[in-house]
Amino acid sequence: MIFYPLGKYILLLKAVFRRPEKWNIYRKEIFHEMDSIGVGSVGIIAIISIFLGMVTTVQTAFQLVSDLIPKSIIGSIVRDSTILELSPTISAIVLAGKVGSSISSQIGTMRVTEQIDALEIMGINSPGYLILPKIIGAVIMIPLLVIVSIALSILGGYIAGTLSGAVTSNDFIMGLTNGFIPFTVTVCMVKSVLFAFIITSVSAYQGFYTSGGALEVGISSTRAVVVSCISILFADYLVAQLLL
Amino acid sequence: MIEIKDIHKTFGDHSVLKGISATFEAGDNSLIIGGSGSGKTTLLKCMVGLHEPDQGAVLYDGRDFTRLNFKERIEIRKEIGMLFQGSALFDSMTVEENIMFPLNMFTDQNRREKLKRVNFCLDRVNLEGKNNLYPAELSGGMKKRVGIARAISMQPKYLFVDEPNSGLDPKTAIVIDDLINEITEEYQITTVVVTHDMNSVMGIGERIIFLFDGQKEWEGTNKDIAHTDNQNLNDFVFASKFTQAARDKL
Ligand SMILES: Nc1ncnc2c1ncn2[C@@H]1O[C@H](COP(=O)(O)OP(=O)(O)O)[C@@H](O)[C@H]1O
Ligand SMILES: [Mg+2]
Repeated sequence: MIFYPLGKYILLLKAVFRRPEKWNIYRKEIFHEMDSIGVGSVGIIAIISIFLGMVTTVQTAFQLVSDLIPKSIIGSIVRDSTILELSPTISAIVLAGKVGSSISSQIGTMRVTEQIDALEIMGINSPGYLILPKIIGAVIMIPLLVIVSIALSILGGYIAGTLSGAVTSNDFIMGLTNGFIPFTVTVCMVKSVLFAFIITSVSAYQGFYTSGGALEVGISSTRAVVVSCISILFADYLVAQLLL
Repeated sequence: MIEIKDIHKTFGDHSVLKGISATFEAGDNSLIIGGSGSGKTTLLKCMVGLHEPDQGAVLYDGRDFTRLNFKERIEIRKEIGMLFQGSALFDSMTVEENIMFPLNMFTDQNRREKLKRVNFCLDRVNLEGKNNLYPAELSGGMKKRVGIARAISMQPKYLFVDEPNSGLDPKTAIVIDDLINEITEEYQITTVVVTHDMNSVMGIGERIIFLFDGQKEWEGTNKDIAHTDNQNLNDFVFASKFTQAARDKL
């Protein structure tokens, strides 16, 4: 049955978006989350993005065997596939592993050690206090990370293409600028925001409804990553179908 | 004063509480005792709204908690302090931040006033100067004391304590028991302590409720216990040879 967890998830989200007790405490938490989710993930996003661009360029060049197609098309293909699919989706999958598992184990540990009960007893809306700052932090920072990822990915493609001699610098840059459709960036940002929401809310849900002990915290965190990844790819398809 | 009336709670097809009624007076330290799995924690959680009872009422000085909505409950929750079995300190925060947390959330005091209150509470539990330690740096007994300090920071009218002595050595256990007892009398708090520790029962049990098979099996004081003819209570209290010998001397 998928309907029972789905209903529980929606009810949790309803509680998350209740009016905060005190905005200035939430604001502090949001900055903290922006730092840990966003700044804390720049390194890994940078590394995977550069390689992603390099691989895309080399493989696209390999597939272009006909002399009738200008080499500059490599630049266009790298640009579009990076913006539309690779940067937002691969970044989101990587962040589901990094950020999602940490959110779920943090909240799950708070659940099994009764820290969430302690919040409730004090009269604090625990879903709001624990989850809202994470969602807001991620929805602000993950799109920025994706922009960084696009830039580095294209840079990686440029380096790999010119170093290997698959495409000249001029051709690559010409390809990048030719036939650019700004709407692809809009689609990319829609995806990023959606993925950010999925990673944080799904992982928080898994953590929030953990019961048991350390073992169950581990299980929740695994499940957070798996469910986030599947939901990301499903949403990816939906957005592509609806917007393109 | 807290009154509970006919509390029922079932998990799946396992009926844990089968209609429990009791009254807890202000300034009294009331104990709920019973074997492991007898539903003590469940009863406590039903009283504070961490579980919804299937049936029954919980009255805080006449206000029926079970009938209130989320917002109305917050008003009563601000008057409730709770000490959890594992202390449940927020482990991302220092001792000071833990105790100050409810003050930050619910009062408009400035930092100096809040710090004064934090230090007062820390003094009260004999932990002055431990402000900047993290929970991971504390011993079990110290965690419990910080838990008490956090529970009393908002000057609660009602205090709930779940197994205050679990995981503590006997000497520390008595310190915690005494502390809870003193605070209860000093501030005229309605305190409800769940325990299966016989030292606590004999030491501070002026009012005791014994749970058995989902029912309130027995009610009385620690002096009555020694002379009870209730077989289930006898089996529970005097389970060990040592306590049997102690009873025979009484
Ligand atoms: N959330 C829950 N879901 C299902 N069963 C529970 C839950 N909480 C407690 N129980 C069951 O209720 C019974 C009483 O548990 P509890 O109140 O924790 O006992 P005690 O605190 O007296 O040791 C146990 O049999 C336990 O398995
Ligand atoms: Mg218990």
